[in-house]
Amino acid sequence: MGNDALIFEQGSPGRRATAQAPGHLPAPDGIPAAFLRQEAPGLPEVSELQVVRHYTRLSQRNFSIDTHFYPLGSCTMKYNPRASNSLALLPGFLDRHPWAPTRCGQGFMACLWELQDMLAEVTGLAGVSLTPMAGAQGEFAGVAMIRAYHRARNDDARTEILVPDAAHGTNPATAVMCGFRVREIPTDSDGDVDMQALREAVGPATAGIMLTNPSTLGVFERRISEMADVVHQAGGLLYYDGANLNAILGKVRPGDMGFDVIHINLHKTFSTPHGGGGPGAGAIGVGERLLPFMPLPVVGRDESGEYHWVTEADRPRSIGRLSAFMGNAGVLLRAYVYARMLGREGMSRVAEFATLNANYLMTRLRQEGFQVWFRNRRASHEFIISFRREAREHGITAMDVAKRLLDYGYHAPTAYFPLLVPECLLIEPTETETREELDGFVAAMVAIRQEGIDDIDRLKGAPYAMPVRRLDEVRAARELDLAWRPGDNRTTDTSTATRRAK
Amino acid sequence: MSEVPSDLRYTATHEWARLEEDGTVTVGITDHAQESLGDLVFVETPAVDSIVQAGEGCAVVESVKAASDIYAPVDGVIVDSNSRLTEEPELVNGDPYGEGWIMRIRPEDPDSLEELMDGDDYEHMITEEEEPD
Repeated sequence: MGNDALIFEQGSPGRRATAQAPGHLPAPDGIPAAFLRQEAPGLPEVSELQVVRHYTRLSQRNFSIDTHFYPLGSCTMKYNPRASNSLALLPGFLDRHPWAPTRCGQGFMACLWELQDMLAEVTGLAGVSLTPMAGAQGEFAGVAMIRAYHRARNDDARTEILVPDAAHGTNPATAVMCGFRVREIPTDSDGDVDMQALREAVGPATAGIMLTNPSTLGVFERRISEMADVVHQAGGLLYYDGANLNAILGKVRPGDMGFDVIHINLHKTFSTPHGGGGPGAGAIGVGERLLPFMPLPVVGRDESGEYHWVTEADRPRSIGRLSAFMGNAGVLLRAYVYARMLGREGMSRVAEFATLNANYLMTRLRQEGFQVWFRNRRASHEFIISFRREAREHGITAMDVAKRLLDYGYHAPTAYFPLLVPECLLIEPTETETREELDGFVAAMVAIRQEGIDDIDRLKGAPYAMPVRRLDEVRAARELDLAWRPGDNRTTDTSTATRRAK
Repeated sequence: MSEVPSDLRYTATHEWARLEEDGTVTVGITDHAQESLGDLVFVETPAVDSIVQAGEGCAVVESVKAASDIYAPVDGVIVDSNSRLTEEPELVNGDPYGEGWIMRIRPEDPDSLEELMDGDDYEHMITEEEEPD
């Protein structure tokens, strides 16, 4: 059938997408000779229908939230209501030119202004800028503002950012990008930040601390107010990583916990399909102290109710611009529609149902004898189970379970993260799953464990029902094979992979 | 149970250190560490002649599960690193205390090794690493 062949391997020399159309068009005039290609680009020579079938077949193999339970959760892809997308695609939005005068874009700007306002309200902060175009850029903006704040006060000794060891890897990376040194703070055995270690670490070199709350361990930092006091008294600022905002939306506000700056992954929490590499939107929110440093432009509204762009003329101490115009407008509009649909009440129901579903699933799995990490803690929107005991007693690893879940029609949860917990799965069902779906997942987990106890070799061979069986991850990483070149035929010639990796 | 040779010194971050006859210290990761990480796919060894401080990250090991820093157990200067690991990271899994060594350091103070854990202490530490209640 050749279905698994790469698109490059399906063609035939000279074949074109539009076989019935008139012959080749003449080359356009006026291109300087120096810029003309000497040989044709190595593109696939396939018919239009071959292309359509190839990509449609691939898309049908997708494990997607539209077809399967996806316990990676809001971290990667929660369900995004169709309405957010349809309304963001209204022609008035789509056809608006970014350089159109503001008098022609008052509706668009009103949406952004209201979104800024709603995000400030739900995070408990003084101002919001929507321009960062990804979570990583939002983090960068946040820490760059912390740097700008200390610099504006001539407080140049603040060279360190504190990061708990449970943090997302992006946090230390961001701190380093912004020129800081990273100091790691350990976690205590209950999953909270080690307060004693924090007290010892803060000082005149502390620029700030980057925290995720609830943390990546799926539990809420119970001493957050105390932590805020310790860091503030030392002269540092608090950065909130919005990765887990879904858990507290409308219930607790980072500003009220003492945070000075936050980035919000609008593409995770606020309804844009995500997990395919973007586009994203990493809006930032700030307290009063950081307002002058916000990235621009933001939307302002004057007394007559007219909207305008706030620029460097108004905010000369801004850290600058992070996108050519106004960030990823499409993502921002989806977030706006989603927020307006939920309203204040709906916003807190997101957090309530996300938390309820996580705690229901955690309790059911514990009843079935799975080892819940931090078993005396309530889960936030996600929780961790560890297969350490099953691995020791039966050889069943978290990876085996993750692979076998695919055969049962469930996307695997996050595996082997957070790094602090051995043989772990991090499970986040999100607010939109039904109880029947959660019960089905529990039944699959129980069945898989029993399969492993009965016949470990069979479990090690999973998945069986997928187009691709268990990958040799070690070999894939050691013998990197990322590019196709004319003449390659990876389906038969495995030696090319090794050759190219060298 | 992972192997913990009694003639080596250990850190809380799972490096082992051995004082050689020429006064240098060979450093690698423990059997327990390689077992927890799983199959290594990449090792970044430190540049020779670089100056390191105890507790400073100076090499990186990466498995399919995670990337981890390797910390210098003592202050000193890197005098050699195991270049075979670039092509054969699996040596660390197969022989963590032998062919899988990562770097050699000329310590500023050879006695500083005494501050590290001995085999009994390290073995005690890794068996204590039980799950939280």
